[in-house]
Amino acid sequence: MLTILFDGIAYGMLLFILAVGLSVTMGLMNFINLAHGAFAMVGGYITVVLMQQFGVPFLLCLPVAFAGAGLLGALLERTLYRPMYAKPHLDQVLFSMGLTFMAVAATDYFMGSQQQIMQLPQWLRGRTEWGTGGPFELGMGHYRLFIIAVCAALTVGLQYILAQTRFGSRLRASVDDARVAAGLGIHVNVVFAATFAVGSGLAGLGGALGAEVLGLEPTFPLKFMVYFLIVVAVGGTSSITGPLLAALLLGVADVAGKYYVPKLGAFMVYSLMLVILLWRPQGLFVRKGGR
Amino acid sequence: MKAMQDSLLAPSRLKAWEPALWLVAFAAPWLLPGHALIVNEMAIVALFAVSLDLILGYAGVVSLGHAAFFGFGAYTAALFAKLVMPDPVIGLWVGMAAATALGALCSLTILRGSDLTRLMVTLGMALLLLELANKLDGLTGGSDGLQGVVMGPVLGRFEFDLMGQTAAWYALSVLFVLFALARRLVHSPLGATLKAVRDNPLRAMAIGIAVQRRLAVVYTLAAGVAGAAGALLAQTSGFASLDVFALDRSADVMLMLVIGGVGWLYGGVLGAVVFKLLHDVISGITPQYWTFWIGLFLVVLMLLGRDRVLKPWAAWGKPKAQGESA
Amino acid sequence: MSAAPIVLQTEGLLKKFGGITATQDVNLSIAQGARHALIGPNGAGKTTLINLMTGVLEPTAGRITLEGVDITRMAPAQRVQRGLVRTFQINQLFASMTPLETLAMVVSQQQGLGGHWWQPLGANRRVVERCEVLLSLFRLTEVMNQRTDVLAYGKRRLLEMAIALACEPRVLLLDEPVAGVPAGEREELLHTVAALPAEVSVLLIEHDMDLVFDFATRITVLVNGAVLTEGTPQDIANDPQVKSVYLGHGEALTHG
Repeated sequence: MLTILFDGIAYGMLLFILAVGLSVTMGLMNFINLAHGAFAMVGGYITVVLMQQFGVPFLLCLPVAFAGAGLLGALLERTLYRPMYAKPHLDQVLFSMGLTFMAVAATDYFMGSQQQIMQLPQWLRGRTEWGTGGPFELGMGHYRLFIIAVCAALTVGLQYILAQTRFGSRLRASVDDARVAAGLGIHVNVVFAATFAVGSGLAGLGGALGAEVLGLEPTFPLKFMVYFLIVVAVGGTSSITGPLLAALLLGVADVAGKYYVPKLGAFMVYSLMLVILLWRPQGLFVRKGGR
Repeated sequence: MKAMQDSLLAPSRLKAWEPALWLVAFAAPWLLPGHALIVNEMAIVALFAVSLDLILGYAGVVSLGHAAFFGFGAYTAALFAKLVMPDPVIGLWVGMAAATALGALCSLTILRGSDLTRLMVTLGMALLLLELANKLDGLTGGSDGLQGVVMGPVLGRFEFDLMGQTAAWYALSVLFVLFALARRLVHSPLGATLKAVRDNPLRAMAIGIAVQRRLAVVYTLAAGVAGAAGALLAQTSGFASLDVFALDRSADVMLMLVIGGVGWLYGGVLGAVVFKLLHDVISGITPQYWTFWIGLFLVVLMLLGRDRVLKPWAAWGKPKAQGESA
Repeated sequence: MSAAPIVLQTEGLLKKFGGITATQDVNLSIAQGARHALIGPNGAGKTTLINLMTGVLEPTAGRITLEGVDITRMAPAQRVQRGLVRTFQINQLFASMTPLETLAMVVSQQQGLGGHWWQPLGANRRVVERCEVLLSLFRLTEVMNQRTDVLAYGKRRLLEMAIALACEPRVLLLDEPVAGVPAGEREELLHTVAALPAEVSVLLIEHDMDLVFDFATRITVLVNGAVLTEGTPQDIANDPQVKSVYLGHGEALTHG
């Protein structure tokens, strides 16, 4: 049971890193970006290509995945996304869906439709067992430990940036009220661009980290988009602790659900989401006054 | 006063091209017997698109899960035909009733929360049903789908033929009847209040419209119509598969509305016809790249501005959070 | 002068947003047939008060009664059905509908036809006749078939008020009706405000003192969410407290 909890937490932290960019973008630009998963996919494929065709070590691929996805995000934000900010939500949904379709089809064309095999480095392939045979048996895959460690570090880093740096306060100001922030001299456009880039970069990093666990193939953005949206909808868009808790909840629920009641599969997760959203339409963890 | 009344009644008056359009539609299975199946499919998706237009174009609800009702109608009708009786029209009623009931239940969920919440709830509902249909494979056939749905003759007289002509006329008739009813609704005072809710829910409330209730009613009705389309699909194709619940379906039908124009019922019909034609043509050439071109089309269209490109006189947008709403 | 019955009353109305008290213990009574004005500096909480009365905001404490009925917990749409109608400071219109369609819709709703789905909008003669009257009253007849989002601002402001009148209000709350209206179109609007039926009780929020003194028989002054004072225009004009709030020194409030 503890193993399941452990796996769920690993999954949840991964989901968090993947989805946090989406959450901040939504809260900041009030933009529903269904293409967020495509940036994760880009990060995953960058990593796979670098490892398989250029023999780049896994650890080095991670920052490259981050940078690659981030750059792509910055480019797209400046050119394609910015004109869409003021448009109605329906248009944003259709636009980002279109981008997703393009990404999926292009990836299928260039990389083929099969799932990519990730060769983890030797030192990540082990497993540590505690309390074997007892009631609190805990089996920790090293790779999942690594994921938890990296994601936890990133979370702490993000929280620090938000709470302690100038950029963080500008970001928070822009989220609260973009017009007023602009009036105070904050370059809201720069904040938007930087945030979008970082969010996409994090998604790319998550895609690289998660390729082995989640399965990397061209339909990745479509398969996981729902999960990202669940994290954002349940966790709210006005903090990063909200999505973190939502992601952890989602991760544990999904892993536990699939283990204990495999007949129902993802049914558990969707039901849980529906129940939560019906009970608290603004999300579970929104502070009062949040959007 | 007369002039004023005429202005108001003008949109509801039958335009010259309308009867012509329907005549052509009904003549098609006879004139082009080899294409009767396509006509059947077009009628079904047109009905589905019209049902989405009711909530999207007229009430302003963005839903990515409308396929939930389509699929529920399909599976209910298929199961009804297999387990109870193979009469098509009764099965149609059953499918519609089931979808309407589901719609009523779901309508409680869409009333609260932001656009994102609504999107997630509608999407979640469709995915939930997909999972259920997948897992309850004893009943539904799981990922293989529900096979072997054999239908009796329509109204006891018209057997379903191999060419699909009966199917086409059956689907067209259902489309026609439901469309005519929907057309009356959107031009009525109720339809006008729906437009008001779409344009400015705050003001709608401030003039005494019970916004929540009205949205719930129209959502339920739209669900029923979508269920009818699903039932038609199951009945005319002889089986029901999981993809009736898939995100693709919800996305495709939204695309049809975008092509044909949101907010005028014929947009659904037009969009369905164009979409189906495009799909068949492009898929024939490059099956994988259909997705890419559709994606590109959407991106370009949204960037240029839906209204400017397609229907300059039907442009509408969500009221801004602050500032004027007109 | 015998006292007219009170149609709208707030008792001890309190509204807090976190640490901020937007409305402080407001007791306001509007008499039948009143021409009552609510004035006060920007940020005094006038619109908040309207939002509380109409149910857009829920009060932290206090009571609101409409014609003797407690409406404190009543849904906004229901209050409208009981005759409490408001206009908005920032136009809240229906962008895709024409003035004629808008008014036909509102009148239909008001006459209980809002749920009717079989007959087309405009089939009912009484509805169309009422629209004719309203369009004429608000000088909107020439533009009645133009989409609302292409109308000039002044016309939109008139439509804003026409919508409220179409609801057959018994108590009408006007939130800065001439705000932002160009000087040339103010006359139309002012004339229409003055010509409102005598049975309708009106609460007017305004900054334009000309309008206030021409229109009102009773004025309430709101400062920082609380009622400062209340009285006839003459009383208010000469009240030193009011003068200091508005002007900062001891000049009489004049109009002109």
